[in-house]
Amino acid sequence: MPVARSDTLELRSAADVVSVRQAVRTWAIEAGFSLVDQTKMVTAASEIARNTIDYGGGGTATLELIVEGPRRGLRVVFEDTGPGIPDIQQALTDHFTTGNGLGLGLGGAKRLVNDFNISSRVGEGTRVVITRWK
Amino acid sequence: MSAATDAVIPRILKTNEAELLDEWLKEQLTAFRPGSKISETELRGQSKEFLNLLQQATQAGHVTDIQAPSFGRVRDMLGDVSRSRGLQGFSPSETATFVLSLKRPLFARIRTELGGDADTLATVTWSATELFDKLGLYTTEVYQKSREEVIKRQQQELLELSTPVVKLWDGILALPMIGTLDSARTQIVMESLLQRIVETGADIAIIDITGVPTVDTLTAQHLLKTVTAARLMGADCIISGIRPQIAQTIVHLGVDLGAVITKATLADAFRRALEMTGQRQRALKPRA
Amino acid sequence: MDRIPILKLRDLLLVSIQVDMHDRLAMQLQDELTAKISETGARGVLIDISSLDIVDSFIGRMIANIAAMARVLDAETVVVGMQPAVAITLVELGLNLPGVRTALNVDKGMALLESATPDVEDLPDADAGRTE
Repeated sequence: MPVARSDTLELRSAADVVSVRQAVRTWAIEAGFSLVDQTKMVTAASEIARNTIDYGGGGTATLELIVEGPRRGLRVVFEDTGPGIPDIQQALTDHFTTGNGLGLGLGGAKRLVNDFNISSRVGEGTRVVITRWK
Repeated sequence: MSAATDAVIPRILKTNEAELLDEWLKEQLTAFRPGSKISETELRGQSKEFLNLLQQATQAGHVTDIQAPSFGRVRDMLGDVSRSRGLQGFSPSETATFVLSLKRPLFARIRTELGGDADTLATVTWSATELFDKLGLYTTEVYQKSREEVIKRQQQELLELSTPVVKLWDGILALPMIGTLDSARTQIVMESLLQRIVETGADIAIIDITGVPTVDTLTAQHLLKTVTAARLMGADCIISGIRPQIAQTIVHLGVDLGAVITKATLADAFRRALEMTGQRQRALKPRA
Repeated sequence: MDRIPILKLRDLLLVSIQVDMHDRLAMQLQDELTAKISETGARGVLIDISSLDIVDSFIGRMIANIAAMARVLDAETVVVGMQPAVAITLVELGLNLPGVRTALNVDKGMALLESATPDVEDLPDADAGRTE
């Protein structure tokens, strides 16, 4: 898939989650997303960005504008070098949480995007890729 | 290709303009079916303008490079012709005929002009072929795009037509749904209903599904999501017109509509909505 | 540091969230609002979120928590002005905010709170059986 443009943002503090949200919003508008689609993508990015900080100890978010034939999409790759997730299936289950949230973060984010990919190694880190098509 | 051979095509276009136009028109008119969608006067106008622009563009050199800036106006005009033919329902070949039918008259002129010089004739003929192939392809591309736009617009119009949100009373909206609900359509229905709730400040929205033949799990869930989203915004929904077999399906599918107000008919739903907004007295007064 | 102002209107508290909320700000609002309810003895809380262009699970949880805590402190909470796109996304996310009352705008939210916390003089018929 050809990447038309990309940009990487740091994720260190709660304020960075807001920056990621704003960047995803701007890019989603440029990609021609409808208001609802923008909102879904921004919300999904917000969930994963928070996870990256809270559970991954911080990391990066890379935004990519992708063009595949007539389709345009927005992809965000979240990477951290934190403790990793031992049981991904469990982490994706609604209402499962190790923190103090509602446990809707990962599973909820997955429902808000078209493609969702997660890979993790205990002790090495976690990588989550979310994509939404116009 | 040398500058000398490059100059042949624009020269022929210029010196034989009137003859080319006549012959080209004849070609076009035989290609079209009788009772055609375009008048001869209009065709003559288009053809004359195109010949003019083509002559200017080829004059600037780069005879076969139709992406060159000098071809800008040729592309624009050809694009306009193809687009308007695409929108008027011309077939792809009818559309491409416009530019392709100029080939024969032009080639005949080239042969007359360069008859004795076989080498130059071959070179010029080749570049003329290349030029017309490119123009023909460009025409088809624009045509194709304009057809796609038509289809897209019609799809959008159909979706919007099929989801009218009407105001029944102060603060009461109704959405009569007709036909099968797929996920794309339901999303549009949902969005337009919620948007209208915000615009009108309506407290209650009635979703009438009398015209919906069947309900599957996905549709039922979409309905439920619409109701939930409306509640989050501060409006209540009533679902009316649930047919007996749909009621059975919903229960068999295990979809919980427990928290949703349902009514048999739109009239019942309306009455309930008036009660909920405390407007029952006012509404019934004219009848008394 | 940003701060979300809490206005007192008679026996109601009005919060209008105008900034893009980060998590610390949300926690701070929760703390300050509960403190203010108990300090003023407010009977109702109106949270206007019409300017919020997203509500994720964290902000959603904060809203649900405020409503629950307010109820313990004997105050009703009404969330007003949620945008359609936000509502659709929240539902998809799986967050239905049960137990949180909602209204389309501040006006309707006030009316809802007034009917939920009736003054003695306009007790509705439902309470007619009770003697004053």
